[in-house]
Amino acid sequence: MEKPIAGGSGSAAPLEVVLPRPGAQRAQPAAITRWLENEKLLAAVLLAPAVILLGLFIAYPFVMGVWLSLSNTSVGNVGEFVGVRNFVKAWHDSIFQTAFRNTFFYTFWATVFKLGLGMWLALLLNRNFRGKRIVRASMLLPFIVPTVLSTFAWRWMFDPTFSVLNWLLYRTGAITTKLPFLSDGVYGMWCAIVVNTWRGMPFFAITLLAGLQTINPDLHEAASLDGANGWQRFWRVTWPLLKPVTLVVVVFSVIQTFSDFQLIYVLTNGGPANSTHLLATYAYQVGVATGLLGEGAAISLFMLPVLFIVVWLQLRYLRRLEGA
Amino acid sequence: MLIERRWKKWVYFYIPLTLFVIGTLFPFYWMLITAIRPDSELYRSWRAVNNAPFWTLAPTLEHFRDLMEKTTFPHWLWNTFFIAVVSTIISLTCGLLAGYALARLRFPMAGTLGTSIFVTYLVPPTLLFIPLANIIRTFQLGDTPWALILTYPTFLIPFCTWLLMGYFKTIPKELEECARIDGATRFGAMTRIIFPIAVPGILSAGIFAFTLSWNEFIYALVFLSSPEKKTVPVGVVSELIRGDIYFWGQLMAGALLGSIPVALVYSFFVEYYVTGLTGSVKG
Repeated sequence: MEKPIAGGSGSAAPLEVVLPRPGAQRAQPAAITRWLENEKLLAAVLLAPAVILLGLFIAYPFVMGVWLSLSNTSVGNVGEFVGVRNFVKAWHDSIFQTAFRNTFFYTFWATVFKLGLGMWLALLLNRNFRGKRIVRASMLLPFIVPTVLSTFAWRWMFDPTFSVLNWLLYRTGAITTKLPFLSDGVYGMWCAIVVNTWRGMPFFAITLLAGLQTINPDLHEAASLDGANGWQRFWRVTWPLLKPVTLVVVVFSVIQTFSDFQLIYVLTNGGPANSTHLLATYAYQVGVATGLLGEGAAISLFMLPVLFIVVWLQLRYLRRLEGA
Repeated sequence: MLIERRWKKWVYFYIPLTLFVIGTLFPFYWMLITAIRPDSELYRSWRAVNNAPFWTLAPTLEHFRDLMEKTTFPHWLWNTFFIAVVSTIISLTCGLLAGYALARLRFPMAGTLGTSIFVTYLVPPTLLFIPLANIIRTFQLGDTPWALILTYPTFLIPFCTWLLMGYFKTIPKELEECARIDGATRFGAMTRIIFPIAVPGILSAGIFAFTLSWNEFIYALVFLSSPEKKTVPVGVVSELIRGDIYFWGQLMAGALLGSIPVALVYSFFVEYYVTGLTGSVKG
C-alpha cells in the first residue's frame, strides 16, 4: 500500500489555462463541468456512491450490532438495554466455550497447513515443466468453486456409511474398522481443517508464486556457487524476500478462517452434540435459528478483538513498509 | 540452473506435484462420478466384494434430469447469475470512481478514507449478518434479490476500489496532464483517457467480484426464504435434503452444475483472475 494521496494531481493545477475547448463541453451542461473542475468537489462526487453504500451496509449494521448485543432483542420482539448480560451469559455457556476454543484451534492449524503446503506447491510450480499453465490453472479450482458445493463433495467422501476414504484405507489395509470422520467431535474438527486447507491452499500457492517470480534467479545462482544447498537457499534467499507477501497472505487467511461459517455449516453443522461449532456458526444458531438476536450478535462480536488485533498489525506493518 | 540427478527430480518434483494434483482434483472427480452413478450403485456397502467405487458401469443422467425437472434448480441458477452480475456492475462502478479519486485527487481526509475502505475490506460478513438481517427487514427487502444486490457490494466495493486504485497508480499522470492541456475537463480526462487504459484492471476486478458473489453463502442463507428465490449454494444446501435424507446423486449433480459457470468464467480469464487475486493482497 502506498499513500492513498500519492497521485497528487496538484501539479496539474497551474495548467488550467483557458484554451478553446473543441468538443469538451459536448454533452454536459457547462455549469456541471466547471463545478467538477474543483478537485475536492469531484472527489466528493466520485466517492459518494461507495461511501454511502458502505456506510449504510457496514457502518450502520456495525453500530446496530453493538446495540443488539447490549439488548435482549429477539425476532418480533423489540428489546431493551440489558448491559453486558449477553456477553457474560455466553462466556459461561459451555457450548460457547467449545466454539471459542475450536475457532482458535481451527484457525491455527488450518493456517499452518495452508502456509506450509501452499509454499511447497508454489516452489514446485515455480519450476519449468511441460503443462505448467494447465497445472497451475487447475490447482486454483478449489478456490474458485463455491465453498458450500465443494464441501458437500467432502461431506459425501466422509459419509458414515459410504465413505470412499474409509474404503480406500480399508482396502490398503490401513484400518480394519471405519473411521468416525464426522460422527466424532475431534475427528470432525480435523476433517474441517483438512477441507479448509484443501480450499485455501491454492490461494497461498498462487500469491506466493507471484512473489517467487519476482525473485531474481541470479541470487540463487550466486548462493549455489557459494555452496548453499536447496534447503539453505530457501531459508537464506527465498524466505527473507518472500516474507512481506507471506505476511499479507497470512493475515487475509487468518481473518477468513477465524470468521469461517459455511464450511462448518455444511460439513458438521456444529455437531455431533455441538462439539464442532465455530463462533460464526454458533452465532447463527443462537441468533438466526433460535431467533435470539441480542445473544447472537454478542457471540459474533467476540470475534472483534482478534480481528481488530490482526487488522491493526497489518496496518502497522504496511505503514512501516511505506516509511522504508 | 542446476543439473540434478534423475531420481532426485522424481523424488523432489514429480511425485510431490502429482500428489498435489490428485489431492486437489479428486473431490471434483468424485462429484462427477457420484452425479452420473445410478442409485443402486451409490448405496452399496463399503465392504461389498465387487464394489468398484472409482468408476461406474452404468452411467446415467437421471440425477441431472431430476434436478432440472423436479426442483427449482433452474431458478436458482438464474437468480445467482442475475444477482452476481448486477452486484458486480454496481461494485465496479463505485470502485472505479472511488479508486480514481483515492489514487489521483487531492482532498482532505484522503488518507483516512483510504484506510477505512481498506479496513472495511477486512470486515468479514459473519460479523455483521445478524444486524444486517434486521436492517434488511426494516427496509422490507427480505426475500428479494435486492437484499443481496445491495449487501454484496459491502465486500466487493472495498476490493474493487483497492485493486483499481493500485492499477491507476501505475498509469503515468502525464497522460491526463496532456489531455487537460488539450482542453479536456478533469472528468473528461478520467472517463476518456484513464478508464480505457484501465480496462485490464477493470476486467480483473470484475471477474474476481463475479466469482465472489457467485460463491457467497451466509447473506443469501439468512436473507432469502422462498425456495424459488434462492441462489445455487443456498438452494443446494437447504432444498435438496428432504427431511434427513440426502439424495447424493442429485446433490452432486447440483454441486457440479453450480460450479461450472464460475469455472468457465475462470478458465477464459485465468490470467486476469490471477492478477486480481495477487493484486487483492498487494494493493
